[in-house]
Amino acid sequence: MFRARSIQSSLSIKDKILSIDYILVISIFILGLTSILAMYSTDGGELKYHTKSHILRFFVFFSMFLTLSFIQIRFWHSQSYLIYILFFILLLGVKYFGLTSSGSKRWLDLYFMNLQPSELMKIGLILFLAKYYHRTSIENLNRVRYLFLPIVVLIAPIILVATQPDLGTALLIAAGGLTVAWLAGVRVKFFAFSGLAFLALLPIAISFLKPYQKSRILTFLNPERDPLGAGYQIIQSKIAIGSGGLFGKGFLQGSQSYLDYLPEKHTDFIFTLFSEEFGFFGSLFILFLYAIIVWRIIKIGNVTRSNFAKLFCYGFGTAFFIYVVVNMMMVLGLLPIVGSPLPIMSYGGSSMMAIMLGLGIVMSCKVYKDTPVN
Amino acid sequence: MLSPNSGNTVIKSKLIGRRMFLLTAAKAIVTFGIIGRLISLQINERTKYKTLSDKNRFREWKLAPERGVIRDFYDKEIASNQQVYQVHLIPENSKDIEKLFVRLKTILDITEKKLFYLRRVIAKQKPWEPIIVSDNITWSEFSRLNLFLHELEGVKPIVSVARMYPDNSTAHILGYVSQVSAKDLQTKKYLKDLHVPGMSIGKTGLERKLDEEIIGKIGFQRYEVNAYGKRIKQILINEGQAGKSFKTTLDFEVQKFTSELLKDKAAAVCVMDVYNGDIVSLVSSPTFEPNEFVHGMDKTYWNKLIKNEMKPLTNKTIAGLYPPGSTIKTLVALSALENGVIKPLDTFKCEGKIELYGEKFHCWEKDGHGIVNLRKGIQRSCDVYFYEVARKLGVDRLSETAKKFGLGKKVLNGFIEERAGVVPNTKWKKKFIGQNWYLGETLHSGIGQGYFQSTPLQLCLMTAQIANGGFEIKPRIIFDKKNNNLREYIKYKNENPNDPLPTDLLVSNFELKPLFKNQEHINLIKDAMFSSSNEPGGTSYRHRWENKKFTFAGKTGSSQIKRFTEAQREAEVKQESLPYKDRDHALFVAYAPYNDPKYAISVLVEHGGSGGKAAAPIAKKVIKKVLERHELRQRIDSLLGEQV
Repeated sequence: MFRARSIQSSLSIKDKILSIDYILVISIFILGLTSILAMYSTDGGELKYHTKSHILRFFVFFSMFLTLSFIQIRFWHSQSYLIYILFFILLLGVKYFGLTSSGSKRWLDLYFMNLQPSELMKIGLILFLAKYYHRTSIENLNRVRYLFLPIVVLIAPIILVATQPDLGTALLIAAGGLTVAWLAGVRVKFFAFSGLAFLALLPIAISFLKPYQKSRILTFLNPERDPLGAGYQIIQSKIAIGSGGLFGKGFLQGSQSYLDYLPEKHTDFIFTLFSEEFGFFGSLFILFLYAIIVWRIIKIGNVTRSNFAKLFCYGFGTAFFIYVVVNMMMVLGLLPIVGSPLPIMSYGGSSMMAIMLGLGIVMSCKVYKDTPVN
Repeated sequence: MLSPNSGNTVIKSKLIGRRMFLLTAAKAIVTFGIIGRLISLQINERTKYKTLSDKNRFREWKLAPERGVIRDFYDKEIASNQQVYQVHLIPENSKDIEKLFVRLKTILDITEKKLFYLRRVIAKQKPWEPIIVSDNITWSEFSRLNLFLHELEGVKPIVSVARMYPDNSTAHILGYVSQVSAKDLQTKKYLKDLHVPGMSIGKTGLERKLDEEIIGKIGFQRYEVNAYGKRIKQILINEGQAGKSFKTTLDFEVQKFTSELLKDKAAAVCVMDVYNGDIVSLVSSPTFEPNEFVHGMDKTYWNKLIKNEMKPLTNKTIAGLYPPGSTIKTLVALSALENGVIKPLDTFKCEGKIELYGEKFHCWEKDGHGIVNLRKGIQRSCDVYFYEVARKLGVDRLSETAKKFGLGKKVLNGFIEERAGVVPNTKWKKKFIGQNWYLGETLHSGIGQGYFQSTPLQLCLMTAQIANGGFEIKPRIIFDKKNNNLREYIKYKNENPNDPLPTDLLVSNFELKPLFKNQEHINLIKDAMFSSSNEPGGTSYRHRWENKKFTFAGKTGSSQIKRFTEAQREAEVKQESLPYKDRDHALFVAYAPYNDPKYAISVLVEHGGSGGKAAAPIAKKVIKKVLERHELRQRIDSLLGEQV
């Protein structure tokens, strides 16, 4: 205990700055600049609203990420439950005071920005479970009694989000939580059981789905089912990516997005736009940046001492990977359109904020990698 | 430090690490999956998706080409193009369409009905697509529109080009153009890649025959369009190609002159060059106003046209079928001579009628012509003489000659309204009527009645082929520099009257097809026709030209509509006293000048009575007009010949 404290106090400002993972920081920064280029293209090559506000957000939240890196890992550990509860209250707030837009209630009006608490909950749940499993001893891990709390903290926000309705985000929140639980050592059979239970409940769940959600799933199974309606997005996205070819159509030359054939090009389909303009090599470049980011996050998890930090880094790293992969598979026509943003690239303040929060905690794990949390 | 808890932590760390390793492997697989998908979309299928992307991106708007013009022999435009002033409207650019309509109504002559139609069109199409408010407004309306244009947002004054016919005398043979119909698109293959909304195509006559070439090549504007179909920018413009222009053999002056002569009559006149088949004039009366068809016809005018008993929309010269009447007698005589059935000086006695096969056959001259030979038979048009000739000849040999001379088949190319007519024979009757031939019918055929049906143009061709010495010619209406063989042959023969070469050898040198066995027979017929027009007692003697320059040789004819009853015959009922619909059609065919045939003419006057009275006077005037213009025509012809 004493030694730990001494290590911690012995860290000078210089040490802290030096211990930051620069490869990760630079990768994120390059990705941020790339996303600004892409956003500039969605605005038709003019510095308009989307680009300006994306630039502002990126720099604000990038600074937040760097600042958060210096917050003690101990703080994150001790406040985990509180943070989760805070985010949960925000989610409840959405239910009662939320803003409704195009049929779903996802945002809280905070005057300076519209906050989407479901995005924050992606981090909140990972944080909660990382602490919970850090504290649970290996003997108790698979006792049903100890499974009770994780299930509650997992299910409650998911139900809230799914009924906004926002199926995509709900599934991504679940993915992060389940990853942490599995990494911590919860036996596969529990996942299998709950999977079976989920399948059993599926017919009931489907009856709760909105017609547009059902149609999305059917459309995914056969995009040509309704080429001008629900299948339109997938078809147009595939056309855009495919027509980009090896080298792309050139910056600001993506006809599919420039002529509005591409839907949601600022948000969910930003990768499509980039792929169209920069081709196969552009797509690989983006994929490469994400791979580096995920790799660095996992690597940080490897070097941290505490299991809390490990669980958070692995959990967040995997979740981050899932966000990227789900978005890409969606625009490539490999998954149904569920509405999930591409981290950092997509337009959207809450998503950016949540990702930068997660990255901040990861970096804090790196800076305080040798600090025990309790 | 070394509490049991710490061992627990280490075990847990190892567990977490193991599971993370599994996860990392899974991630790698998924990543390769995504790269694989990118390769498949962006490399393997890039051509397919590039095509799809361009299909999204580009849209083409077609531009109607300018129609070629049609000229007469003297290069006067008889179907030309004129500037038309149009009003287009782009609904998107107008703030308040209803207000605009109210304002437009004060400036232009627009009916409520039209506005109703426009509203419907606006509701149907995209707001940035222009609609045509009016496709032909007057210059004064157009200038007024331009004056108030600042108040009329969205309105575009357009100067465009449309078909214009300077005169309606040639309406029938030119035909007319009108909007493309759904049926046209189905039946006319060349329209498949050519159709532009608002484009006109030829519906009848030359306009239809020449449509494929005269219509031109379509142009297009390629635009980049956005997902909503709005044009973003023009990528490419191709003006297309104006249609080919055509020169015809028609003489517009003669057309106008003839048309004026035929006014108020249901009649037809054809004039043809006897050597090369050039059609100089082709007039059908009454005529109609072809310009009315171009911009969508007024319903009352249309009703007036289709209800008119004189059938103004029918081109009587090629689509009107009439029994040739006595004009066929020239061919009956020729056929009989050629087949050796009669000799020119063989005579029959005409007593006004004969009785054969238990039936009475009357001559038009009740008291009879007395002793009649071939020349007199044609001169006086003696029916009894030709009953006898026809009886000896038989209908099958007659039909063979008639067909050779162009009856019973279409003589022009590509006019859908043209009709073939009928040259009856025993086989024909068996096939189409299903009965055996009666000998009495041979006698009717011998005077051009009964089943015989021919068009005025066929009769003109028949006469021309007799006039040129019995050589086949092909009537033509599109000018062609070639095909002067016959004229050169005649010239050669006149210059070398003592040429040792026999006629058939000469003919083969000039690539001619003679329709005779012995040209002397043709000359006999020509001479008989001369006597009919120029010797006392001839059926058109009264309407002859004394002036050698215009002297013509002709043959009258009248085709019966209704058989005369015995009672009418007894009472000597005159044609003039019959109701209009029951009167005979008057026919006259001729060639001129007699001593050096240049043109053949046929005249038909529906219900005109006798050919001598109704048709010959018209022919007389037209012949003079045509011959007066002959030198001019020759000059132009030789001029054009030099250009070759």
